[in-house]
Amino acid sequence: MTYGSNNIPPIELFIILVTPHPDQFIRFWCFSLTVAMSDELVLLSMWPSPFGLRVQIALAEKRVEYEYKEEDLFNKSSLLLTVNPVHKKVPVLIHNGKAICESLAIVEYIDEVWNDRSPLLPSDPCRRAEARFWADFVDKKAASKKVWRSKGEDQEEAKRELIEIFKVLEGELGDKPYFGGDNFGLVDIALVPFYSRFYTLDKFGNFSIEAECPVLVAWAKRCMKRESVFKSLPDSEKVYDFVLQVNKWFGIH
Amino acid sequence: MADEVILLDFWPSPFGMRVRVALAEKGIEYEYKEENLSDKSPLLLKMNPVKKQIPVLIHNGKPVCESLIIVRYIDEVWKHKSPLLPSDAYQRAHAMFWADYVDKKIYSLARQVWLSSGEEHEAGKNELMGCFKLLEGELGDKTYFGDDTFGIVDVALIPFYSWFYMFEQCGNMSIEAECPKLVAWGKRCMEKESVSKSLPDQHKVYDLLMDLKKKFLAK
Repeated sequence: MTYGSNNIPPIELFIILVTPHPDQFIRFWCFSLTVAMSDELVLLSMWPSPFGLRVQIALAEKRVEYEYKEEDLFNKSSLLLTVNPVHKKVPVLIHNGKAICESLAIVEYIDEVWNDRSPLLPSDPCRRAEARFWADFVDKKAASKKVWRSKGEDQEEAKRELIEIFKVLEGELGDKPYFGGDNFGLVDIALVPFYSRFYTLDKFGNFSIEAECPVLVAWAKRCMKRESVFKSLPDSEKVYDFVLQVNKWFGIH
Repeated sequence: MADEVILLDFWPSPFGMRVRVALAEKGIEYEYKEENLSDKSPLLLKMNPVKKQIPVLIHNGKPVCESLIIVRYIDEVWKHKSPLLPSDAYQRAHAMFWADYVDKKIYSLARQVWLSSGEEHEAGKNELMGCFKLLEGELGDKTYFGDDTFGIVDVALIPFYSWFYMFEQCGNMSIEAECPKLVAWGKRCMEKESVSKSLPDQHKVYDLLMDLKKKFLAK
């Protein structure tokens, strides 16, 4: 059971057992039984969703327990439609009955509520703004599915655009171990889920992202050494099979 | 040492207006620099090399880009007055959700109503009105989106109030008739000095947008 700083404090029960004996030591046994009111945390997501993976990684970084509910893309649950009526999308984090939507807003929420460990954002406002800028850049630019949904010249253009975006990100990373510097942070969390799509991109695009962007792939492999990341990211080949299935469903290729 | 605050902006930009409103709410003095978007200054290209877009806030030489990120930065640095975000984590996430909704939806639809024609224009207009109605639902009976306090969602959306005359002319519709609560909210916001001094006149915006439209269509 876990509790965060915003929750009802634990109820502590003290049982003091005293064994009275005039000639001997007075023994005091003090038992403290801490009963914490447990947080109810539910994550609605879909296993291949890079946006859902961001939340899983953030929760794992904070070592927070939660219930995971898998959503079916083609048959969304009534719960999902109730808690995210505006976008009807995953991920949604439901914390003690309150729904938080949009992956980056959820990650920031998690960072604020469980603020006693593994900070995901810097404390300095200027660096926070920089982190948010790059997370937003990833959001707007790195999520394109065009490489596996197009052919011919359209696909070539999509590949060029994606490599250009990755090179900009490489430039921002520089020599740092993580985008957050020494600390794995918001930008790393925003981007690393897309690493699970690299195999798919390579196969469909008939190229090698590692050859084009070695610094970025080295960063991704570094992130994969973190338990929060390797335990959250799905198998790359499983993602590829899924994309093939979805393409078939939508009649692409 | 006094803060040096510079805003690189373009007067009809709703994104630039957000920053102007936030700075005014906090009573921050700054230097306003008008950018010519068809001839961007070396300063803009240096301060925002990735996107090359306004607005950019330059605070003691360091740039901050993307309007909502700038608004949050302003709120975090100048926390002595007029908080733009709630203090509760959940309320903050809720506010960011709606600010993000405005960001994702309104500008692209506004552009559609402004520049396109035929079916695309009709679709844009209908979807825009749909978004406004949804926002009205979220506003409900509250004074502002931030409840009693003017907050980030209000800051995100109010600049589009200066585009309402253009929507009505190009869309051949009355926003007040379709979304009276939203227009009432807009007028309420305009009573705040931080807003009325930051937003340009609706007719001036319309004239410029029509000029730009002619140039855009000529290409």
